Amino acid sequence: MQQIFENYFNLQVLKAAFPDVLAGFWVTVRAAVLIIAMGVSGGLGLALLRCLRNRLLDAAIRFYVEIFRTLPQLVVLIFIYFGLPYAGIRFSAFLSTVIALSAVLAAFSAEIFWAAIAAVPVGQWEAASALGFRRPQALFLFILPQAIRLALPLVTNRTIAITKGTAFGIAVSLQETLGSAQSVMSIKANSSPLTLAAGFYLLFFIPLVMFSRYLERHFSH
Amino acid sequence: MHLFLDNFFNIPSLITVQALLWQGVKFTLLLSAAALPLSLLCGLALALLYSFSGRILRRILLVLIDLMRAFPVLMMLILIYYSLPFLGITLGSFAAVVAAIVLNNTGYFSEIFRAGLDSIPKGQMEAAQSLGFHRAKAMIYLILPQVLRKVVAPLASNSLELVKTTSIAGLVAIPELLRSAQIAQEQTYNPTPLTAVAVIFFVLLWPFSHWVSRLEQRELSGRSRT
Repeated sequence: MQQIFENYFNLQVLKAAFPDVLAGFWVTVRAAVLIIAMGVSGGLGLALLRCLRNRLLDAAIRFYVEIFRTLPQLVVLIFIYFGLPYAGIRFSAFLSTVIALSAVLAAFSAEIFWAAIAAVPVGQWEAASALGFRRPQALFLFILPQAIRLALPLVTNRTIAITKGTAFGIAVSLQETLGSAQSVMSIKANSSPLTLAAGFYLLFFIPLVMFSRYLERHFSH
Repeated sequence: MHLFLDNFFNIPSLITVQALLWQGVKFTLLLSAAALPLSLLCGLALALLYSFSGRILRRILLVLIDLMRAFPVLMMLILIYYSLPFLGITLGSFAAVVAAIVLNNTGYFSEIFRAGLDSIPKGQMEAAQSLGFHRAKAMIYLILPQVLRKVVAPLASNSLELVKTTSIAGLVAIPELLRSAQIAQEQTYNPTPLTAVAVIFFVLLWPFSHWVSRLEQRELSGRSRT
């Protein structure tokens, strides 16, 4: 028991590790906010582009979605960080992480938003056009609000799962929460920094997890 | 263009690292085969425990499930692989990866099963019991089959995510696909192995991911009609 306490709740180590892990947490938060903003809005944008029903554009978007929905996030990240420099494209560890995860989240949410738009009964379009609304108007005034409502629980779950992937930044030596905790941990030969990282993750993700549970209760029936 | 092909689709260098990549496929499949059934079982067990327990235990289980869902799987891996040895508990890298993935996914799977169990009206269990079924029997023969039908889509989607997660094993030096490709890339000074690993993952997983998205679409259109 005392050993556990010594190893995971060592006050001295906790205190020494705090500034580093906090700095790491700040990196995690910035990355997460960027990923959520770019991923979800990118996905919504792609889904709206599909409403134009342009064959070529449709095919391109579907190709993109299939690829980024299927590949593991870590593979995308490694490819961007270690592969693209051979083509002369170089991103920092932070940007690589943000780009990789945004690309994946955009693919998933494009898919969900599009399925939700398609799931709104055709009668709604017909009713809107009978009332004299043109297609774009009908889309933005009637269809999209319903579709977003329908898509929200699924998109939230994906968003949480993918933002947790910021920890993959460790693979490209990004000093985010987990990475900085691990560095301090190996210097001090003590696991307390990891406890600190766990605490920070809870601070960020528990509200999100609870929000998703709330959404599921309210929208699932 | 030629330079691009030479870099990213270099056939000779692909042939030299072929064996490495096959080994990678093997480890990815092995990890999935170990972690997926275990996670499903643990998730189901936790959900059943939830459905049979009283109020206080339910609260505790929910907190546990949320905790497992809130932590990144990599954090679990680092905790198990780098931190437990300080306490004298040492797991091999393979076991550590499987344990981390199982811990993380038990949270997801039990939440899926739990929601499914919750969606079955209570009257069914009561009816079964009044017909003389034991609770456990009613659960296995009447309730669970209905739950399974309802949760196929999230179950399949999460199983796919689990297989994708095995790529974290490379971080503790297990030569699964991604790690093998990185080793190969360092040997050949050429990103072709990375392209290859993306293609291999895509070919292996695409049929499954396509099926999952069909299931999810069907579920969404089902929801909008009610």
